[in-house]
Amino acid sequence: MATQSSRSAARAMLSPTVILLLIWMIVPLAMTIWFSLQRYNLLYPDRTGFNDFGNYTRFVLSPAFGGAVVNTLILVIGVLVITVVLGILIALLIDQPIWGQGIVRILVISPFFIMPPVAALIWKNMFMNPTNGLFAEAAKVIGLSPYDFLGQAPLTSIILIVAWQWLPFATLILLTALQSLSSEELEAAEMDGANALKRFWYIMLPHLARAITVVVLIQTIFLLGIFGEILVTTNGGPGTSSTTLPYLIYKEALLDFDVGTAAAGGVVAVILANIVAFFLMRAIGKNLDA
Amino acid sequence: MGKITLSQVRKSFGEVDVIPGIDLSIEDGEFVVFVGPSGCGKSTLLRLIAGLEDTTSGKIDIDGRDATLLPPAQRGLAMVFQSYALYPHMTVRKNIAFPLKMAGMSAAEQEAKVQHAAKILNLTNYLDRRPGQLSGGQRQRVAIGRAIVREPAAFLFDEPLSNLDAALRVTMRQEISELHQSLKTTMIYVTHDQVEAMTMADKIVVLNAGRVEQVGSPLDLYHSPRNLFVAGFIGSPKMNLITGPEAARHTCTTLGVRPEHIRVGDGPWQGVVGLSEHLGSDSFIKVEVDGIGTINVRAGGEIDVRHGDRIRLAPDMDKLHRFDAEGLALK
Ligand SMILES: Nc1ncnc2c1ncn2[C@@H]1O[C@H](COP(=O)(O)OP(=O)(O)OP(=O)(O)O)[C@@H](O)[C@H]1O
Ligand SMILES: [Mg+2]
Repeated sequence: MATQSSRSAARAMLSPTVILLLIWMIVPLAMTIWFSLQRYNLLYPDRTGFNDFGNYTRFVLSPAFGGAVVNTLILVIGVLVITVVLGILIALLIDQPIWGQGIVRILVISPFFIMPPVAALIWKNMFMNPTNGLFAEAAKVIGLSPYDFLGQAPLTSIILIVAWQWLPFATLILLTALQSLSSEELEAAEMDGANALKRFWYIMLPHLARAITVVVLIQTIFLLGIFGEILVTTNGGPGTSSTTLPYLIYKEALLDFDVGTAAAGGVVAVILANIVAFFLMRAIGKNLDA
Repeated sequence: MGKITLSQVRKSFGEVDVIPGIDLSIEDGEFVVFVGPSGCGKSTLLRLIAGLEDTTSGKIDIDGRDATLLPPAQRGLAMVFQSYALYPHMTVRKNIAFPLKMAGMSAAEQEAKVQHAAKILNLTNYLDRRPGQLSGGQRQRVAIGRAIVREPAAFLFDEPLSNLDAALRVTMRQEISELHQSLKTTMIYVTHDQVEAMTMADKIVVLNAGRVEQVGSPLDLYHSPRNLFVAGFIGSPKMNLITGPEAARHTCTTLGVRPEHIRVGDGPWQGVVGLSEHLGSDSFIKVEVDGIGTINVRAGGEIDVRHGDRIRLAPDMDKLHRFDAEGLALK
């Protein structure tokens, strides 16, 4: 639609920002790639020089790597499924004219305001703790033995915590999308003989497709990097059962002081994230076209 | 079949009585138009008939069956909305087939009906497009197509043409009238456009503040409005309503004269020409008549009067409308 001149003007106006962002991105990336090819361990400062792809092979072939990739994917997919499904249901619910709608909506979005490590610690100590957590108390009341969430099912527990945090985001985006659906469209479907379930399936869900895509894409970006929640709850354990890729990199860099391998891990993580993004865009990116 | 009867139908939103109680009967095959000023409850009444709103009290019969509590889908009515309410993510074909799909019809039958409707409505070439890729008139036709395929007992239209430009409105108006001629199905049509009401209706229902002011054929309403409201509402330009001594001379409180029933030339009224609009076929002249006030006159296209001219007017004595102090017409 834009004319030739307004388009080139737009390009000129945008270029400073784009160049700045590019530098911001390129410099750390270049440094990471540089480090990843070096012998660079803080415990052995005398060992320096190029290591070719030694860091990469060490990182990728380390016994924890495969499990970490799988754990990362399980975490991302698990949280996505929970937040999208529950997000749609909650959005449907709070879109209804219910009493105290304003307060309910604020309550629903409030988890998003809580800092991730704080939220994770509250879950860990006040809810999931097997001796004095609320869930343990509840289990005792109904006569069950308390369940050690973080010990027995560490990854599932972390998924629950992270999903709880991201649910407001999904709900909010889906709610606004739901509110933009014209009521006449729903009424037309009602007159056409579609019951509530069919209206949801044929009218609402297609209308929500774009919002769901946005939720999935944005959440995937953030969920691939989930770290704080793992650090404060399970420390990647027991064993490596809740170690994800970001946590593995942290372990290399700050527990084993191996900057070179950590940098290689970082580059591997970036490559994996791009692979995920590629498949994600292939699968659902067309929903974003108008 | 599509006979619809409303008895004592009332609707209130909270404290507000939008429709205080309506009795109305719509015969099978009739083209009924609801007209009235904005906010008088036309859409609400239509939605009550459709089942999209619940009645506060009263009874709605469709084909002799009590439909008051039936959900919209079971009333056998089809509605065309002002915003068309097409499903944006479905092609035209899927839009039109949607009610059939919901009814569980086989794919082959669906396709046959869609093709048939598309042929009637000139949509055959657009079946694989999305609503977003259609013009306003085409979207309107898709919305009508979606209504036709269900073979409803009655069609409900809520200001279906108000989003279209003037020329297209005329075409679509005629298309809907022709559709009614060929289908012979009951149609209820809401509009606030006089011309649509007069040209399309078998029967016009004039509504004011949720009340029926008058029901009748277009010419009925034009020739013998029952009260001041209908007199002022039907006819364009509006009927001149004269009060004061001139009305008293005709033994009434308000005297109504339609602009087209006043001749320029020798007559009892004298006045100064104000604004005059010459349309070619007609001329609309505002005249400041001595002792009466402003009178609108509709004269022939050839008349040559200018601002400030002094002219005489002759109202057609046979076509005067007289109203009493309550605003009701006097015979
Ligand atoms: N859901 C509602 N809640 C409260 N009041 C309503 C509601 N729907 C309509 N009303 C009121 O009912 C009255 C009639 O509304 P309606 O939409 O039937 O008018 P209308 O005759 O269709 O007007 P228009 O020609 O502008 O479309 C209006 O005063 C409106 O404010
Ligand atoms: Mg309306």
